Amino acid sequence: MEETWGDEGALRVEPSPRRQAPPHREDVHDSACRRAAEPVARHHTSCTDARLLAAPALAQQPPAAAPPAAAPAATPAPPGSPLFGRPEGNPAAAKLAPIAPPPIPTAADKLPIAKLKVPDGFNIEVYASGIPNARSLRLGDQGTLFVGNRFIGKVFAIVKKDGKTEMKTIAEGLHRPNGLAYHKGTLYLAELSRVWRFDNIEKNLDKPEKKLIYDDLPKDEAHGWKFIAVGPDEKLYIPVGQPGNNVLNSDAHGQIRRINLDGSGAEVIARGVRNTVGFDWHPVSKQLYFTDNGRDWMSEDIPEDELNRITKVGEHFGSPFCHQGNLLDSEFGWGHKCSDYTAPVALLGPHTAALGMRFYTGSQFPDTYKNGAFIARHGSWNRTTKIGADVMFVTFNEDGTVKSKEPFLTGFIVDNTYIGRPVDVEMMKDGSMLVSDDFNGAVYRISYGKTNAPGR
Amino acid sequence: MRNLSVARRLGTALLLSCLAGAPLAAETFTERVTPCLACHGDKGQSDAPEVPSLGGQPAPYLLIQLYLFREKQRVVEIMNDATATFTDDDLRRFSDFIAALPPPQPPSDGAGDARLERGRTLITQHRCNSCHGLDLAGRDSIPLIAAQREDYLVKSLREYKSNARPGYDPAMASVMAPVDDAQIRDLAFAIARFR
Ligand code: HEC
Ligand code: HEC
Repeated sequence: MEETWGDEGALRVEPSPRRQAPPHREDVHDSACRRAAEPVARHHTSCTDARLLAAPALAQQPPAAAPPAAAPAATPAPPGSPLFGRPEGNPAAAKLAPIAPPPIPTAADKLPIAKLKVPDGFNIEVYASGIPNARSLRLGDQGTLFVGNRFIGKVFAIVKKDGKTEMKTIAEGLHRPNGLAYHKGTLYLAELSRVWRFDNIEKNLDKPEKKLIYDDLPKDEAHGWKFIAVGPDEKLYIPVGQPGNNVLNSDAHGQIRRINLDGSGAEVIARGVRNTVGFDWHPVSKQLYFTDNGRDWMSEDIPEDELNRITKVGEHFGSPFCHQGNLLDSEFGWGHKCSDYTAPVALLGPHTAALGMRFYTGSQFPDTYKNGAFIARHGSWNRTTKIGADVMFVTFNEDGTVKSKEPFLTGFIVDNTYIGRPVDVEMMKDGSMLVSDDFNGAVYRISYGKTNAPGR
Repeated sequence: MRNLSVARRLGTALLLSCLAGAPLAAETFTERVTPCLACHGDKGQSDAPEVPSLGGQPAPYLLIQLYLFREKQRVVEIMNDATATFTDDDLRRFSDFIAALPPPQPPSDGAGDARLERGRTLITQHRCNSCHGLDLAGRDSIPLIAAQREDYLVKSLREYKSNARPGYDPAMASVMAPVDDAQIRDLAFAIARFR
């Protein structure tokens, strides 16, 4: 019993010494689950489920390491639950729960565009609307906009032609198809636990064919949806979140992996990652920067979400032992030191849900924007006064540390209520920027200078 | 058994709307909602096996579920068919209408049954009452579960646990992970009789 899923107290086991690369096993569906739960292998069995079915068998074995104090009997909220860690009997805390976006997009004429604010000289317009739960954005070479989501099992392609906007469904029947990457004509798509490629996608929008390239991934719902991207090393980067709010995760979770574009050669390149839903490579240093969402229920004001930088393969970024680089966890931090982990390069606010990010390499925006990063913050749920729900702009020093950060696109919170929630950003060839809003099912376009957008 | 009774209800409902003689195209909203109520009960409370009571459900929850049925993301053939041709506006209209039906009333049996006490303890332990509210009446995208039919509660809790119903928000899968089948039955017993 070398690893477990770190929950229900008695079964907690320290992760085994770090392994560099989980073996890629094309034949094994969700090998991580099976390792923990052999011989339970039903079709449709989730990890959580398999874990539970296996529990009696596991319980007979002595734990490999002394577990941290068992959770008190009155608080068995499972680690996957958004309530895990919530203080008991506190009326303000009892009011907080994740906010599900409506499934039906807001009508074009009801979008909150007039309330959104951008810095002087910038313009914002609606690029496309009526895209249910619009989240991850990727542009193809010919201008097709691909849009992924968490709640609708479809992936959409937005095509603009002769002043008309057309929305095509390029795949359906998927499970939380949030992750998209585009590279040299091919679209990569990550569901919760499967990664597909669509070759030559823009030539085949009406008859797209998809090929499964990788499914050696856990099936946990909590932090299971993915953001993916192809790096300058021509590898596909895939995060595996920790399967709950604050958990001592198995060796297969809490990390970023990369694989070859055919699905082979999986390698773990970062650990101690709670849940990253956005990353990109610095245009000059080519180093990977990623956002990471901090844990819930510790306090209204801590820990803050992080912006991290990977400088070497295998770095550990602290979770669940150390948060925001300087705060030991109240449960798992005992006996650990924050200095043993890589600290973030910037803090992005408590519970703000910093998600999609891209560096700006275009030439439309003023020079000060060159090589800075735009970061979409989805906005908090685990906080009485909502914060985030904006796009931030971050600049960097020559040594890769952060020089400044400031809000760029704001106005999504009115009277402590969301009128929209930004998820991802994507740069257009002309140097303008797209922003997705999963609450309204819309994509906005931000440009600089005199507008020449038709009709506006 | 369930299918039989459901089919009979549907038959009656269709018959009623046919007798009314309305041409399909010009169906009024009342006519369209009649078959729904034939299965689900016209006063918000269902008396058909494994057919849920709908009264008092928050409109946002209903909208999400009807959407999932239409898109076949929640697979229940009867409901997938019932919503197949719905427009977005239909989804909103049916949700708003149903949300205004009165919430179901619990049966009065079960006093002194040990399952009641065990179920109540489980509700507190697993904090069902935090998301679903202290009164288990739900809010926004979280459903009312108080006084729901016991057989439907058992069915839906099992389906969340096995991931047969992944849900729009995945919260219930994690909630159910540590709950075993005997506990599911205790929970359903107590929630169905919750007042
Ligand atoms: C033939 C019987 C039948 C008819 C007709 C029918 N339903 Fe249903 N409905 C069901 C059953 C059975 C379920 C439970 C599905 C399950 O087991 O998950 C259900 C589920 C639902 C739910 C989800 C409830 C919940 O708590 O999640 C909604 C909402 C609903 N129906 C609305 C409608 C509406 C609106 C109509 C009419 C357009 C309708 N139903 C017509 C049988 C029916
Ligand atoms: C973290 C929040 C949360 C907690 C805790 C929670 N629920 Fe839920 N529950 C939900 C949400 C959200 C849904 C709707 C999911 C979907 O889209 O199917 C739901 C749906 C349900 C349904 C389906 C109702 C219907 O009409 O179909 C039942 C039954 C239910 N929950 C029972 C429970 C029980 C019993 C517990 C405690 C053991 C519990 N819930 C704890 C959030 C929660």
